Amino acid sequence: MSAAAAVAGSQGLWLVSRASGLAVLVLFSAVVVLGVAARLGSAPRRWARFVFAEVHRTLALFSVAFLGLHVLTAILDPFVTIGWAATVLPFASGYRTLAIGLGTLAVDLGGAVLLTSLVRARLGYRAWRAVHWLAYLAWPVAFVHSLTAGNDLGVWWVVLIEWGCAAAVATAVLARLLSGIRHPEPAGRPAGSSGHLTPGKGALR
Amino acid sequence: MTRRLRVDPIACAGRRLCAEILPELITLDDWGFPIIRAGDVPGPLLADAQEAVRTCPKLALWLEERS
Amino acid sequence: MRPYDETTGRPASVSTRPAGQLPRLLPAGFAAGPASLAGHVRRYGPAPSPILDWPRRKALIDEVERSGLTGRGGAAFPTARKLSAVAARRAPVVVANGTEGEPASAKDKILLARSPHLVLDGAVLAAAITGASRAEIVVHPSVREIIDQAVAERRWAGIDQVPLHVVTGADRFVGGEASAVVHWIGKGVPTPTRTPPRLSERGLGGKPTLVQNVETLAHLALIARYGTSWFRSVGTAAEPGSMLVTVLGAVNEPCVHEIAIGTPVGEVLRLAGGASAPLGALLLGGYFGSWADAAAAAPLPFSAAGLAPLGAGIGAGLIAALPADACGLAETARVVRYLADESAGQCGPCLFGLDAIAGEIQRLADGRTSSLATLRRWLSQVDGRGACHHPDGAVRMIRSALTVFAPELERHARGWCCATRKQTVLPVPPRRPR
Repeated sequence: MSAAAAVAGSQGLWLVSRASGLAVLVLFSAVVVLGVAARLGSAPRRWARFVFAEVHRTLALFSVAFLGLHVLTAILDPFVTIGWAATVLPFASGYRTLAIGLGTLAVDLGGAVLLTSLVRARLGYRAWRAVHWLAYLAWPVAFVHSLTAGNDLGVWWVVLIEWGCAAAVATAVLARLLSGIRHPEPAGRPAGSSGHLTPGKGALR
Repeated sequence: MTRRLRVDPIACAGRRLCAEILPELITLDDWGFPIIRAGDVPGPLLADAQEAVRTCPKLALWLEERS
Repeated sequence: MRPYDETTGRPASVSTRPAGQLPRLLPAGFAAGPASLAGHVRRYGPAPSPILDWPRRKALIDEVERSGLTGRGGAAFPTARKLSAVAARRAPVVVANGTEGEPASAKDKILLARSPHLVLDGAVLAAAITGASRAEIVVHPSVREIIDQAVAERRWAGIDQVPLHVVTGADRFVGGEASAVVHWIGKGVPTPTRTPPRLSERGLGGKPTLVQNVETLAHLALIARYGTSWFRSVGTAAEPGSMLVTVLGAVNEPCVHEIAIGTPVGEVLRLAGGASAPLGALLLGGYFGSWADAAAAAPLPFSAAGLAPLGAGIGAGLIAALPADACGLAETARVVRYLADESAGQCGPCLFGLDAIAGEIQRLADGRTSSLATLRRWLSQVDGRGACHHPDGAVRMIRSALTVFAPELERHARGWCCATRKQTVLPVPPRRPR
């Protein structure tokens, strides 16, 4: 293979890797926002609540495809040595150890969330929920990875996408936190109650 | 082999996704909690019933098998 | 130790205790305090010998079945069936339930206070029958000390094959429910748990658990000593034996009495010194029970079959007498508010539904604008939709109130009430801070 072709091939892989990485960020952000919407959505809306839950699940599975593409093209790129170990072991990459390592960490965390969700019925609610909270850690890790592992922050629309995702997720997380404060655990109920029920939320909601 | 849709009232938090998926069998009381029609799940609705079981965010629904 | 007939497992000699005589569980006259172990043995004879092999255990279960003993905690489940179910499993645990969360009922406290050793005999016997390695004795705080002393007495005398562990029951209405008791002992949380699995399959610490009311265990201890025909010598054919009844309200001597099942209601009221004022209605069974018109109920036998025509039952053995000059709706409203506050808060329909129902009934009692149709809709939405029977019991009591106090409903709807009594009748604990 001529040097020019090799360079062109590498450029191609690098492009696909960055593009798919951006796609994963957008999809992951959408998944987080939809997850919060599914949890908080109340009162009749245009779309039924189960739609949010279903699309949340579907997009999460869909983003795995893009993630696979993103990781594969990065590993196969001959111009940078990341190594197969770095797909699962954080900070095992020679190239940009910290930045890539964060990406691996995000995959590990997100992977745990995804896998436990697939076997949710067998795992039981409590265990599933405990792992699911890791999603709130996985996203910022993935976001910092997206800022540090690539070179595209000079492009205006890349920056727009980055901060757009951040704004969407930040809004969703804020909404989730506020709802937790507005409907706290009712005092006086014995521990062991489900904690989401509060009297006075009113009849006929 | 018949199947009955059951709800665990302790796990249920009234998220109401089940009633959206299976309105033929599930209605909501005045506080948003599911009232499941008594009797077996008819064949044509079984897929939707399984969907409801899968979608419940609190894993509060299950299909009880009786022969 | 009393000898046993090897083949049938029955006592080898006929009991010296005269049949048909009451009281059986409670001391005959006024007693200054609890029966000591010596006094207990003097009155009833020694406890039956330990039953270790399966044929003898089976023989005793059959004896209990022939005797027709049913649970005295309110559900009236056949005791022999419960014993069989748990005895068939490995490494069970016995729980004696003396929590008595119902504030109006006092029978379990009185029984534990007066005849603790009868209950403890029964618990040890139940452990022997089911093959349990220990018995947990759950008691109301007011009798904890007495039971501790009784257990210490027995330990010193070395008479029990299984250890007895005393636990103070939770001070909540639902704390007395069987799964709530197990949850309380195991995890310190007095709330009912989901069924399946049943307690007889998986209960305390994951083991098969036998939960019996303390009065049931006391009867068990006597059946093992004196046999089926003695037990059946009082009561009715369908509901044999005696039971403890708490009589309170507008009676001259509110107390706990032991009666033969099937004793006419009016007779039970006479045992309590008779009515202290003309009566309007009776609350039968407990706060989970049913209201009944006093005149209609008086001639009826106090038994499940006897009270069935009025849609009432014996429940946990309670008769509360409401005088005619008191407002049945106001009393009901107070009790329902209490029941709503005492919801474990785990199930939406109970937590929200009883709360809404309590508000609506208070409006009915106050004569403010209210909707009977809404109330009835809520009652049918709440009935049977919890993990335990707390909402069901409240609904039953309320529906009976709407029937028995229908004339009052009419008057209240028009804005007036003919009750003249100012003091409240039914005991309701003060609202706990939320």
